[in-house]
Amino acid sequence: MQAVFFYLFATIMIASAGVVIFARNPVHSVLFLILAFCNGAGLFLLAGAEFLAMILIVVYVGAVAVLFLFVVMMLDVDFAELKQGFAKYLPVGVGVGVVVLAELGFVALGWSSAPSAADAAANPIIPQMSNTAALGQILYTKYVIFFQASALVLLTAMIGAIVLTLHHKPNIKRQKIAEQNARTRENVIEIKKVPFRTGV
Amino acid sequence: MSDGWASAISDFFIAYPLLLALVKSVLLAVALLIYVAYVILADRKIWAAVQLRRGPNVVGPWGLLQSFADFLKFALKEPVIPDVANKGVFLFAPFIMATLSIAAWAVIPVADGWAVGDINVGILYIFALSSLGVYGVIMGGWASNSKYPFLSALRSAAQMVSYEVSIGFVIITVLLCAGSLNLTDIVNAQDTPYGMAGWYWLRLFPMFVIFFVSALAETNRPPFDLVEAESELVAGFMIEYSATPYVLFMLAEYVAIVTMCALLTILFFGGWLPPIKIAPFTYVPGVIWFTLKVSFFFFFFAMVKAFVPRYRYDQLMRLGWKVFLPISLAMVVIVAAVLQFWPAGPAGS
Repeated sequence: MQAVFFYLFATIMIASAGVVIFARNPVHSVLFLILAFCNGAGLFLLAGAEFLAMILIVVYVGAVAVLFLFVVMMLDVDFAELKQGFAKYLPVGVGVGVVVLAELGFVALGWSSAPSAADAAANPIIPQMSNTAALGQILYTKYVIFFQASALVLLTAMIGAIVLTLHHKPNIKRQKIAEQNARTRENVIEIKKVPFRTGV
Repeated sequence: MSDGWASAISDFFIAYPLLLALVKSVLLAVALLIYVAYVILADRKIWAAVQLRRGPNVVGPWGLLQSFADFLKFALKEPVIPDVANKGVFLFAPFIMATLSIAAWAVIPVADGWAVGDINVGILYIFALSSLGVYGVIMGGWASNSKYPFLSALRSAAQMVSYEVSIGFVIITVLLCAGSLNLTDIVNAQDTPYGMAGWYWLRLFPMFVIFFVSALAETNRPPFDLVEAESELVAGFMIEYSATPYVLFMLAEYVAIVTMCALLTILFFGGWLPPIKIAPFTYVPGVIWFTLKVSFFFFFFAMVKAFVPRYRYDQLMRLGWKVFLPISLAMVVIVAAVLQFWPAGPAGS
């Protein structure tokens, strides 16, 4: 049963990753990228990593891919122009692909797990702990420095994005909420008695 | 005789767990869809009552069959697909939206142990599915290949993503108090001798309010229904949809609303627990308490629709990012600190 689902998820994942590259329409590419993410989450689930699976969906599918889709939908892509330089850039592309494939191959062939890894996986220290709790336990104790450092990197990126995109134009009318809330009847409305037949 | 049958049936389902899951899912889905049909009717009736109208009152006694008549009408009409639409994505969008919104119910416990899948990360699963709901809107708006749906899809996506952030932080405060991501455990953590006063709505009152308002925004309900602001965007991202695809969108919207009501019930209102822990209340089955609570929250959703004017878009964004986000972030820190330094205090379970 597990094997059937593994091959199902893996096949769909690889196929949709292929479509991401080959699809003519960039929006379709992003949609297939999302399908690949979802199948990746399915593979995580099969491996028993339910927390990682859900986080993959929440973060990558729910947030990152939405932004991707936003950008791609807003772009005005000229498909004819896109395909023009295909033959010219083909050798470079193939070269890069071959290099990456070779590197991945070296990594995969030279891969070896630490001798204690299989043993540790078979005998968890606290067997009844769910993997969410176990992840939290190790992330906030042993790897707390790395965790904080990665948070700092994200913070820097966030501030950078805000600084790059925030322009305060001088002539824009803005609603100042505090000012509006501070308005009272006394300083906004003035009641005047108007004498009959003479006006103010 | 009947004992023999019961044990034979239970033996059969123990032998075929997948079949049992299928039966449970079908039962839950049917109950949910019938409930949603009446929720739609209740929505219209409450809205009408506030405006001193009668609402739907022709089909069946007191208009009780109105939703089914509407469904038949939509299902029998011809679905019109615009010529320039991206047909695959156009038809896939309502389908994906309806599927995702109903799938969220797989982990919701409607009574003690009455969940189709009682998984460890239940709350994350619902959060993940609700964050996927935005794709139905974007895909529908983009594939329609028309200006109004596209603008509305962009608006809606920005709105849903913004309010998801504060919903996430609100959920984290509840998780800190309950100490589990499992929905059944979250409800059990609220099971104190004080009954209603022990539920999280009292201990985390600001979070309860923020969650309610964010739930309105997340499901595109008024006063945050800028997605289909009919005065400026005609009918939002669904303009080009008709017949069955439209019905799927509508169904998804209401199922998402009921899901949000169920989440409010589970996170803040003690799920299936009785409000007072004394005799007549404890005899009532949990599923009835759960349904009553969900209906109670839906009543508020409907009332808000009836008498709150629509927000302007910049006000909506300000509320999400500049008001709710700082408050909920601060509450996460405060709740965590209280739990750390005063574990026996009111926030502890």
